[in-house]
Parts: sequence; C-alpha cells; structure tokens
Amino acid sequence: MATEREPPPLGDAEQTDFRELEDGEDLFISTASTLESSPTSPEPASLPAEDICANSNGPQPAEISLDDDLEDLFAEATEEVSLDSPEREPILSDEPSPAITPVTPTALVTPRVEPKTIFVPAMFERSKEELEEEANGDSFDMEIVVSDPEKVGDGMNAYMAYKVTTKTSLTIFNENEFSVKRRFSDFLGLHSKLATKYMHIGYIVPPAPEKSIVGMTKVKVGKEDSSSTEFVEKRRAALERYLERTVKHPTLLHNPDVMQFLESSELPRAVSTQALSGAGILRMVNKAAEAVNKMTIKMNESDAWFEEKQQQFENLDQQLRKLHTSVESLVCHRKELSVNTAAFAKSAAMLGNSEDHTALSRALSQLAEVEEKIDQLHQEQAYADFYLFAELLSDYVRLLTAVKGVFDQRMKTWQKWQDAQAMLQKKREAESKLQFANKPDKLQQAKDEIREWEGKVQQGERDFEQISKTIRKEVGRFEKERVRDFKAVIIKYLESLVQTQQQLIKYWEAFLPEAKAIA
Amino acid sequence: MMDAGIEDNSNHDFSGYDVRVTDAAQNGDTFVYVIKSQQISSDMEYRFEREFEDFEWLHHCLLTQEGVTGLHGIIFPPLPAKPGTSLSNSEAKTKKKIESLAMVDDWQMYCRALEEYLHLVTAHPVLVKNPAVHSFLKHREPPIKTKVKKGIFNKLTQAVEELRKEHHKDIDDFFQNERDSNLTLTAFTKAAAEKFLEIVLTEQKIAIACGHFSTALHLGIGQDDDPADYAFAKMCLKLSEVLDTVKKNFEKVAENDLNTLGFNLELHSRFQDAEKEMLFRRTCKLVDVETANKNLGQAKPHKKAAMEDIKKAADKEFDEISGMAKVEIQRYHRERVRAFQKALIELELAATCFCCSSTGWLSLNSHV
Repeated sequence: MATEREPPPLGDAEQTDFRELEDGEDLFISTASTLESSPTSPEPASLPAEDICANSNGPQPAEISLDDDLEDLFAEATEEVSLDSPEREPILSDEPSPAITPVTPTALVTPRVEPKTIFVPAMFERSKEELEEEANGDSFDMEIVVSDPEKVGDGMNAYMAYKVTTKTSLTIFNENEFSVKRRFSDFLGLHSKLATKYMHIGYIVPPAPEKSIVGMTKVKVGKEDSSSTEFVEKRRAALERYLERTVKHPTLLHNPDVMQFLESSELPRAVSTQALSGAGILRMVNKAAEAVNKMTIKMNESDAWFEEKQQQFENLDQQLRKLHTSVESLVCHRKELSVNTAAFAKSAAMLGNSEDHTALSRALSQLAEVEEKIDQLHQEQAYADFYLFAELLSDYVRLLTAVKGVFDQRMKTWQKWQDAQAMLQKKREAESKLQFANKPDKLQQAKDEIREWEGKVQQGERDFEQISKTIRKEVGRFEKERVRDFKAVIIKYLESLVQTQQQLIKYWEAFLPEAKAIA
Repeated sequence: MMDAGIEDNSNHDFSGYDVRVTDAAQNGDTFVYVIKSQQISSDMEYRFEREFEDFEWLHHCLLTQEGVTGLHGIIFPPLPAKPGTSLSNSEAKTKKKIESLAMVDDWQMYCRALEEYLHLVTAHPVLVKNPAVHSFLKHREPPIKTKVKKGIFNKLTQAVEELRKEHHKDIDDFFQNERDSNLTLTAFTKAAAEKFLEIVLTEQKIAIACGHFSTALHLGIGQDDDPADYAFAKMCLKLSEVLDTVKKNFEKVAENDLNTLGFNLELHSRFQDAEKEMLFRRTCKLVDVETANKNLGQAKPHKKAAMEDIKKAADKEFDEISGMAKVEIQRYHRERVRAFQKALIELELAATCFCCSSTGWLSLNSHV
C-alpha cells in the first residue's frame, strides 16, 4: 500500500507537538476573545479540530512502515507513547497517528482483517475538520446524522422512524449523500447481525442503545410532554453515536449488512429483536447458559497481557459506573436550578409590577428578565454538557460489556481447542486399540477420524491465536478511542463553561445601570 | 437600612450607635450573642452578651413605651424569629422557609439579622429615645425582664373579628391605597423571598454534587504504566480540578446571593408584615372612632358628656396615629427602595466579579 505522505522525521513531530502545546493555551484565550465579540455564535467547532489535527500532522515513522507483523507494530507504538508522555500535555500528541493510506476497496473486500487497516478508521472521527488540515486532501470521510424522529402509526403499534443521513466520499458506496428511514428495531437487528458475525472472532462490536419499554410506551400512547420529547432526543443521539462508532471500525464499515443498513431504502424487518418474542427469550436463555459456562472454564493463561487487561477493564468499569452516578445527580440538580430560577424570575416580575416606585419597578422587571435569561443559559449549555458526560459514560459502560464479551469468546475458543485436543487424544487411543484388535475397516475409519481431528486441533489453535491477535488490536483501538472520546467531551464541556460565564457577565453588566438608576 | 451613625437628633444622649453582633456562642441550652456597641458621640466601646430573650424584652419595651405620641403609628422594625422555633399556625411552612434563611446552618446570617434589627431601632428617631435601648446597648448586665405578655402587637392572629376590621374601609385615600398595596406587596415579597431561597439552596446542592463528582474522578487513578489509562487519568485529574473551581464558584455565588438579595427580601417580607400590623392598629383605632361617634349619636342625654369625652380621646389618638403613620410610611418606602437598590447592586457586582474570575481561571487552565 503506497503512502501518499512522507512521514516527517521525529524531530518535526516534536516541533508539532510543541506548537500544539502553546496552541492549546492560546486556543482557549483566543476562543474566549472571539466569543466575546460574537456572543450569538457559540460554535466551538474549530477548537477540538485544531487540537486533534495537530496530532495527525505528526505520524510516527514506525507506523508508516506498514509491517505485516502486527505484534511488532503494536509494541513499537506503545513504546513511542510512553516515552514521550510525561512531558507532553495530551497523550494524544504522541499517539501514533493513523497511517495516511487511501482506502482502496479491493484491499478491504476480504473478510479477513489485514493488520494495516485497523489504524485507518481513526481518521473518520474528526474527519471533516481534519480534512481541511490535510495537505494533500486525502478524502475519506464519513458523516452520519440521525435526525427527524417521526411517529408512524397509532396506538401500541406505533413506532418512531428516524432519518439516517450519510455523507461520504468513500467509493464503496454508490452515492456521496444518501438517507434512509429506519426504526429502532432495525438498529437492533443490525447489531444482532454484527455481533453474531464478529464477536466470536474477537471484534468489539459497539452495543446498540438500550430498549426502554416505559419510554416507548409513553411515546406510543402519544404523551406530548417534555419527558417523552427528552426520551426521543436521547434515543436519537444514542442511535447516532452508535452508528458513528460502528462505522469507525473498518471491518464493520465494510460489512455488507452495515452498508445495506445505510444505503437501501427497504430493509427486512428485524422481528427477532422484540423483547418478548421467541427469539428474545431464546437469547435470554443462551445468555444464562453462557454465564454458567464462563464460570466453569478455567483457562491456562499463557499470556499475562490478557489477564492484566481484564483486570484493568474491570477497574475501569467500576470507575465509570461511579462517575455516571455522580454526573446524574449533577444533571438532576442543574435541572432543579433551572426550574427554580424560572420560578423566581416570575416572582420578581410580579413584584416589579406591584411596585409603585417606578425605577425600582423597572429594575425588578429587569432583574426578572436577567434571571430568565440565566435560566435559559443553564438549560442550554451547562446542562447539556453534563448530559453529554452522562451519556458518554453509559455508552462506555456498555462498550466495556462488549469488551468483556470478547475476552470471554477467547476463552471459549481456547476451550474448543482444548476439547479438540482431548478428542484427538481419544481417537488416537481408540486407533491404537483397534490396531491390536486387527479390524482393518474400522481401523481405516479411525485413521480418517484422527486426521479429521488433527485438522480440527490445528484449526482450533489457529483460531485461538487469531482471536488473541484480533483482541489485542481491538483493545488497542478501543483504548485510543476511549481517550479521544473523553477528551473531546471534556474539551466541549470546558468551552461551554467559559462561554456560560461570559454570557453571565454580559447579562449582569446590562443589569447594573438599571440597578443604579433606582434612587 | 440607614446607618446607625447618621442621626439628626440634637439630643446628645440619644446620638447614633454603631452596633455589631460579632458572634454567637452556645451557652448550655441557649445561644448568646456577642455585641459590640459604640456611641458615635463618645469613644467608649461596650462589649457584652445578650440572649434572644433580651432582644424580645427590648422589643416589648419599644412596643409598650409610655408617653409617645402616636406610638401605634410606628412601623416597628421586625425582630427575627427565635432560632429553632417551629411555628404551629398555618403559615408555618412558608414562614419556616423564609426564616430558615436565618437557620441555614449559618450563624453569620442570623447575627447579621439581629444586627440589622438593632441598626433599625437605633436609627429610628423615636425609638432610639427609649431608655430600654440604652440599657440594652450600654450595660454589661442584661436588663431585668418581666414576663412578656403577648398582645396583638406580637403576632397577627386572625380572629374572625380582626379579619373583619382588617377590611374596614378607610376614610383616607392615602391610607386605603397604602393598605391595598401593602397587601399585594407583602404576598409578592414573601413569594420572591421564598423562591430566591430555593435558588440558593439548589446552588448549594450543586456545589456539593460537583464536589462528589470531583472526588469520584480521583478513583481508580493508580497505575500509570498503561498509556491509555495514564492519559485517561490525567484527563480525570484535570476535570477534577475544573470541577473544584466550579464548586467553589457555586458556593460563592450562593453565599453572595444569600447575603445580598436573599437577606434583603427576607427582611422586607418581615417588614411588610410590620407595616401591615401598624396599618391594622390604625384601622382598629378608626373603628373605635366610628364606634364612639355612633355611640355619641345614640347616647342618652345623661351619658352624652361621657361619650363626648370618649369620642374626643379617640379622635385625638386617631389623628396622632395617622400623623405618625404617614411620616413612617414615607420613611419606610424611602428606606426600602434604597435598601433594595443596595442589595441589587451588590448582587450584580459580586456576580460579575465571580464570573470574571472564573472565566479567567478557566481560560488559562482549560487545555486538556
């Protein structure tokens, strides 16, 4: 695979990072000042882009060599990161940037995953902005938007249809921009297909958003209150994130089911995803069986890496859950504050109206207006960001379940391999017995069986090694994504904090002359 | 309210005081308040302790002072409720909320409320002349108290008869208007005070929640060997720092809100009640006058002279009360507006100040 970009020597990369460090500081202050001049345009889109794009300008040379040996590649990458991290602010600046290779359809059609392709999709994430930064304008980008939730039908058979719009310049798709209508069960169906196909060979398939019987019933029944609109919005955002995560994965992106999901206007209805259907119950039974099995498999772990990782993810899971609880309580209080501020605004307005002293009356009405605006502010900005946090955290808690699932699959694969070995042993024993018993036709059968099981053992070993490899790759991807996702949300949150404060200043400063004019 | 120092009294004995309630301390079952007072005219500074009962006694003395013309026309500065009281009447819940301003685990607020009360008393041209004020503010030992009788001055009890009197039509437009506007203003001030207090409480809750979130972010920060974990840990720490700032900001905002507009609204909802009580006293007197007139008209000749005397006395008292009331009302409104303005300006200045400082901090410290 030809690289169209000559990787800069390491020195340059450092320089980039340095610039990025300073940029980081300046970025915020400059954002602050630009925000002051244009209060009505709270678009911080440029900020994270610049931050992360700077990273992409410094790909590490090790990456670009496109070694076919995945393990070495990975090892080098890890080294790179840990060496530089203490001095650098964001770890991401040292992260081996994805190979800037153009995606050629032919290379990726094969279902077997090529090592190199794993790193490509990281570009998808900040695709639009990165695009602007890239010198040679390598174009692969993919933007998915889930929008326009529409209620279809009536009563208990009603459902929400969402519009899924894809904008891309990838050649694997027929058009550059297309949109389809999908309902929630379609998404679940897609996930189910992907999980069946990929999880047992070690791919971390992003989990679909959760079902909610209560939420959906409210919508179906037609309750037009804020909680049901909130529910629909939450779901819409979750579906969007789900699709974005799925297409970020190069293998999944090229899966025909995914492509069909995004492109084709008609999709066979996925009935088996219904909670109480036969398939649903079967799923539940299987899950229980799996859980029991998991407990009985005692694996001889030859690779400490896997054990460490499992422990690490266990810890992460706990931490994320705790964080989620904290954030939820914060979101709750924010909502409360918004409600209270609105109530006070009304009170102050009434007080102002009943006040005889004109200047005081005016000032009080003004105060009411300020408080109302502040209330809006609380609602729109800070609340939304905590909400972002909460959703991200719950996404990751579910993703971790998928990760754990993949580790479990590896154990199963190992078990299968061991079972095959045991079976082979038995067959061999049977054969030697038969040799002494001198039954030629049965002997032949035994020999055939031995060959068959030898093959199975070999396959089992191969499978096990393959899944181990895949998992390592996947985990690496997951880790990078995790850091990236959280960083993005944190940056957004900080920006909005600054913005909120600045808006508050504006509102209060406008109020001062009124207050002074009272007496 | 007006500074205790500014006084237009020529009588040097009753010159202004500078009073501060500096502290509250627990003394067995009760609380004592440490008060520092200094008369403007002299350099002598007095320090002493008073209990809440001493304040109540002072209040009682003010209400029952003899020989003051039109005493009942005075809008008596409201005394804050006793800390820890639970009111049993139907207004309890609302009042409790407002009064809990004083009890928000914040003795400073309560001391300030008491201090404000003393300011208001010593700033009042008539009340400051009461010898009880002297003995309260100058003597080390608390004044000797007799059992305080609860008259209709203390609480506005809603006996059916009183309710009827309250709505008695006034003969004077000025007063009728004042009574009407007092009614609406009282209700709205109370409501606003309550709602504002809710805001303050929520702000405090958010501060606490930020603290929890910040602490939770510190969890699981142990191993640094894994690069992703390390990056994650760094982000968490940074976010934790930011949240600490957010928390402090909210705490300051809540405190400021409480100290400025919160305090003001709470005080004025009580003051509105005090005005209401004064107006009610006057209305009662009006009813007396009208009753006396009626009786005079209906009196038998041998009783006429006595009735005439009663009527004259009632008329005189009524005129005195009305005269005092008019002055008081104007003074009250002037001071109310001024206090409101001060509170609003302070609220605004502090709010802007906090926003500026936190914006500055955030801008400098936000890159992750």
